[in-house]
Formats: sequence, structure tokens, C-alpha cells
Amino acid sequence: MTTATAQHGEHGFWTTHVFSTDHKTIGKQYLTLGLFWAVVGGLLTYVMRWQLAWPETVVPGWGEIGPETYNALVTMHGTIMVFFVAMPILLGAFGNFLIPLMVGARDMAFPRLNMLSLWVFALASLLLFISFFVPGGAAAAGWTGYPPLSAKAEYTGVNWGMDLWILAHALEFAAFLMGGVNYLTTAIAFRVPGMTFSRLPLVIWQQLTATTLFLLSVGPLIAGAVMLLLDRQIGTHFFTPGGGGDPLLWQHLFWFFGHPEVYVILLPAVGLVLDVLPVFSRKPIFGYRWIIASTIVAGGLSFIVWAHHMFVSGIDPRLAMPFSITTILISVPFAYLMFAMIATLWRGSIRFDTPMLFALGFIAMFIVGGLTGIFNGSAPADIYISDTYFVVAHFHYTLFSSVFFGGLAGFYFWFPKMFGRLMNETLGKLHFWLTIVFFNATFFPMHNIGLAGMMRRIANPLQYDFLVPHQWINVVATIGTMLLLASQIPFVMNVVWSLVAVRPAPKNPWQANTLEWTAPSPPPHLNWGEALPVVYRGPYEYSVPEAPEDWLPQDRVLAARAR
Amino acid sequence: MNPASVKPPVLDDAAIVEELLADIGRLPPPLPPEDGDGGERHLGEPERTPFVSNSVLGLLVFLAAETMFFAGLIAGFLVLRHAALVWPPPFQPRLPIEATGINTAVLLLSGFTMTRARRAIRAGSQDGLARGLGQTALLGAIFLAVQGYEWTRLVSFGLTVSSGAYGATFYTLIGTHAAHVLGALIWLSVVLIRARRGRFTAWAHAPVVVCGMFWYFVVFLWPVLYLLVYLR
Repeated sequence: MTTATAQHGEHGFWTTHVFSTDHKTIGKQYLTLGLFWAVVGGLLTYVMRWQLAWPETVVPGWGEIGPETYNALVTMHGTIMVFFVAMPILLGAFGNFLIPLMVGARDMAFPRLNMLSLWVFALASLLLFISFFVPGGAAAAGWTGYPPLSAKAEYTGVNWGMDLWILAHALEFAAFLMGGVNYLTTAIAFRVPGMTFSRLPLVIWQQLTATTLFLLSVGPLIAGAVMLLLDRQIGTHFFTPGGGGDPLLWQHLFWFFGHPEVYVILLPAVGLVLDVLPVFSRKPIFGYRWIIASTIVAGGLSFIVWAHHMFVSGIDPRLAMPFSITTILISVPFAYLMFAMIATLWRGSIRFDTPMLFALGFIAMFIVGGLTGIFNGSAPADIYISDTYFVVAHFHYTLFSSVFFGGLAGFYFWFPKMFGRLMNETLGKLHFWLTIVFFNATFFPMHNIGLAGMMRRIANPLQYDFLVPHQWINVVATIGTMLLLASQIPFVMNVVWSLVAVRPAPKNPWQANTLEWTAPSPPPHLNWGEALPVVYRGPYEYSVPEAPEDWLPQDRVLAARAR
Repeated sequence: MNPASVKPPVLDDAAIVEELLADIGRLPPPLPPEDGDGGERHLGEPERTPFVSNSVLGLLVFLAAETMFFAGLIAGFLVLRHAALVWPPPFQPRLPIEATGINTAVLLLSGFTMTRARRAIRAGSQDGLARGLGQTALLGAIFLAVQGYEWTRLVSFGLTVSSGAYGATFYTLIGTHAAHVLGALIWLSVVLIRARRGRFTAWAHAPVVVCGMFWYFVVFLWPVLYLLVYLR
């Protein structure tokens, strides 16, 4: 191995930190890009919320906002948060960092393909960033890019921005296709001896399911994107009714991808939480096999629910009922996942460290979003609330809780392993409490104003007489947003302080069982020294009576006990 | 075991670096000893021989995504086709069914020559491999050339991308497949050059296997498209 290690040893600044094939470096690079975009997307929310609360004033630091600019803002906010924050952080960063470490591999199956994936994503990021500054501004057809609005430049006044938007998506999908090939191959073929599928940590199961969903659903959207680009550039009529095209075709292609996509984001977050909960409850996870089964069933069902996004789009009304039924059916496996999380807490010796707080925050907030989903999923109720702020509230309670609470649970939990430093607990707890309070202050009022009839994507609610009496709700949500953004200051301080101040993390600061905690913090190139760990047991054996401590790592051989 | 069959593959090629890394990942494969902890039993855990190689598994994953990509294009084609009152629309040129039928046979034949090439290298014949890959590449090139010629004729008869859903779906769907054939042909040419230099052996020819799988994908996708777009 020494010769082989030497061949793959990474020396020098550039190959170690920039053009690296090491899965941990690539994971951190994805994390950095995702956090950069989170800042951009967060700043956009400030501009949007200011505009909604005080529509006839100038937004401080930005200027006056017309409806066209507002369209671009909502479009880019959605695009950035889903494709350039949630996916690179939850899949790109955690997938890359955790999969090899948790299955006991020295790197991904195809390390150079992995590096290519990152750089293609970086190129996609660059194109999307440039699109803010081209003539006509950024894309303004909604994050769903519905034609005919997106198919003709004269409808939105955006020409370059929309093409760059399509290209950025295409490159991003190519990047995650390459990542997906790596994730699946690595987790299937590179497991260490003893790491059977029934001993795989749940976060890996969730990553694999999410990756499979992505790989199987993205093809039709790429096909749609090709057609949309042709419509815009060479005058085909796939989506424009005037030339015999069908705008609904795009909606079908988009949502065939779009609904699995929300689980592509949700499942890795669920996985992070599922791995954090047992560690801080000092208890085995509840119903390991049933969690896997529920995940796979939910993944399968996610392919036959897409038309619930189109109840008011003019689809055949006879289609609404079957899609309502599958949509309500899909809440069964998710309900099981939530119950399994709660049952894991039951009678545990709970430690309220920061990762655990965020994991609990995820459960609490996701359940709210899950319950409002039932209203959205039933066609009769949805016809009333479709395209209102009720829907905005719903998907922020589900997606924000996944990306933010789930992602931060993972971030605080694995930060010591990623960077070899401990984080400050006090700042972490402050961050959590401020975030959860102002998250609710921002998004809970949106239920109310949505039921009062406020539509999504309007730039000025005061134009509508029936919304004027409810304007105070918009002001509350806006103040909530400002404070939610300010609540991230302790987080930034904590990260910077932890990276600068040397408080080295031990190998296993949380006394956890899974394999990554058997490697040094941070793990060196190729992760372990001469010998890889060997797995003897499942990932969640906490408080085993026969073990001397209340945790029992996966690679620990238990001395023969007296019978 | 026959000593010849356990002879290690010759790893003198930079392109096998990734397979090498795979081996690093597996390096010390000690079996977990019996620990008798009464926990979950690991039934001796025999040394695992993977049912497919890593590159084959990776390509299978990619082909699943490719299949869904073409499924999306075909679905778009079918939706627009059934939305039209008359198909093909009046005053539009008809597609060349006979010439393309012969061309279909040419492409299917290339699948056969690819199989012969793979059989040859499994039997250790580097000449047979190079011959089979060469025939395959030639047949693929003929297919593309005939397609290109038919396209120029169709364009001269007035079938263009902007002449409605008929032309748009035809050029998009068939053109995407043609782009795949072209990509496969370039890949095949690279493998062919390496095959002529004798880089592959009966034990180590993963690039041939993987390239062959992609070739089969574009070959066997074609009859489906021919049936849907030309014949129906």
C-alpha cells in the first residue's frame, strides 16, 4: 500500500486545497459554495420582505423595486435556495464527506470524476452569479420556469438571464449526476468487511435513496430544459401554444422531477437527524429496518404525486383525485419516520447539545409543514389555497426545516470531524433559540395571510383592497425575517472563532458509534492509517448492558462475557 | 484454481488508476473474527467478490439516468403528437422509412460486431478485439453518415425545427440520439487506439466492457425510436 499511497499522496497547496480529489476536501468545497449562496439567497429575502412590508418605500441599500425586479428576486431566491444551497450542502457536502468515512472507504469510487463534479458545479455557480449582472437582469419566470413566460424573452424582458439560468441548471444537474454515480458506486462496492447493508448508518441509506431519486427523475427535466432552450434559441414550439406546443408539457416534465427533488433535499436532512438523535439520546434508533422501508416507499411514491402541483393548471379534473390519494398516501411513510424519531427519544438519557437542539427543532418544525401538506395535497382544499402564502408557509416549514435545522444539526455534529475543532456550545445554543423563534415569527404569519388570500409572487400587496387590512401581518413577517437574518451572527462568530482559536477536537467528542469517529479529527488523506476498521455491529448500539461504556462503536470487539 | 486465472492484471496504464484506488480502499480485508458478543450474528462473512466491477456499476447508474432522459424526450414527443389533429401534418415531407430501415440494420449489426470484439478479448485475442472494434466503429460511422445525408434531404424538402411540432420533435429526439452515437463513436475510437496498442488483456479490459455497454445502449435504443418516430 505504501507505493500506492505515495502515488495518490497529495502534496502542495493547490492539489491539497483547491484541485483536490480527496472526498473530504471536495465536501468542504461544496459546503463553502453552498454557504456563499446561502448568504446571497438570504440577502435577497431581506430585499423581498422589505418590499412586501413597505411596498412604496425605497429598500435601504438596494433602491426602488418594480414588479420586474421583484419577479427576478423571487425567481433567483427559489433557484438559489433549492439548487445552490440545499443540494450542495445536504448532498454535495455531507454526501461527499460522510459516505466514504461511514462505509469505511479511503475515498470515493471515482475520485477524479468527483473533482470534475465539483468544478462543473462551480462553473454553474459562476454562470448563475453572472446572470445578475447581464443586460435585462436575472431570470424572472419563477423558480419553476413555466412557459410561455420563460419561453419568450419579450414576456419577462429577460433574455440573457434566462438562458444563463437554463445553462446553470444543466451544469448543476451534470455535476450531481457525476456525484450520484460516485455515491451509489462507493456505498455499494466500497464497504469495509462487516459493513453489511443492515449495518449501514441511516444517513447513508437516506443519501442513497435521495441520489437514486435524483438520478431517475432528473432526465425528464433535462429533456424539458433542452426543449425550452431550443424554443428560446432556434424557434421551436414545444411549449408555445401558437406553434402547436403545450405549456402543460413543461409543467409535467418539471414536476416529475420537482417533486422527487424536494425529497432529494429532505431525505439527507432526515438522515442527518436520524444519526444525531440516537447519539444524544444514548439509545438505539427506533425501528431501523422500518425506517429504511419507509424511506424507500416514500421515494417510490414520490414519482407518482407530481400533478398535485398542477391542480389549478388546467389538467384533466379526473386526474386530480388519483394524485390527491397518492399525495395523502405519501404522508404515511413520513409519519412513520417522525414517529420513529420521537420514539427514539422516549426514555433516552437526552443530552441537549447544540446538534441535538437543531435535530429536535427539525422534528417540531417539519411536523407543522407536514400537516399543512395534507391541506395542499387534497385537491378541493388546494384549489382555494393554491399559489397563496399558505403554500409559501408550507414549503418553508418543510424545506427550511430540512436545510436549516437538519443541515445545522449535521453541521454542528460533524464540524469537529470536518475541521478538527470544537465549536462553542453557548453560541451554538444562542443561535438555535434565536433561529427557531424568529423562524416562526417569519413563516407562521404567512399561513394567516395566505388564508386571507394573499397571492405568491406579488410585488405590492397594497394594490389589492382586500389585503390592505392584513398588511400588519406582512410587517410582522418582515421584522421576523430581519431578526432571523441577524440571528445568524452568532453562527458566523462561532464558525470563525472555532476555526481561528485552536481547540482541537478529540477523535470522538460525542461518544458516537459510527466509523468516521474512529478516524483522526480531521481525517488525513485516505482517512485511516495502514489498517481500515472492521465492522462487527450495527451503528446505533448505545447503552448496551454488556458494554463498559454507554456506547459501542461499530468496530469494537466485545470481550467474551460471562454467560 | 488455475494459476493463470489468478495472475494479477498488468497495472502499467495510468487509466487504471481509479481501479487501483479501488484496491487501496479494499486493502486489508481481514475477516471479522468471531467475537461471540451475542449481538447481531455475522455469519462468518465470506470474502466478497463484487458481482460487478466499479466502473460497470457506475455506468449502470449513469445509463439509468440516460434512460429517463430519453423517456422524457419520448414523452414530450408523444404528448405533442397526440395533441395534433393529423400526424404527420399535411404538406410536410414524409420520413424516409426504407433507407432508415436499412440504416437500422447497419446499427444493429454494429452491436453484433461489438459482441464479437468482447468475446475475442475474453479469449485473449488482441487482434480479434481490434478487428471487432474497428468494424463496430465503421458501422457506427456509416449510420451517422446516412443519417446526416437524410437530414440534409429533409431540410431541403422543407422540414425544419421551426416548422411546427413535427419537425421540432423529430430533430430533437433523433438528433439527441445521433449526438449519443457520435459521443459513443469518439469513445470507441479512443478504446480502439488503445486496443491496437495491445493495452487490453483477457484479465484487464474494463474500458472495453464499459464502452461496449454504452454502445449497446445507443444501439438498442435506436429501434425503439425508429418504431415510434418513423413507423407509427
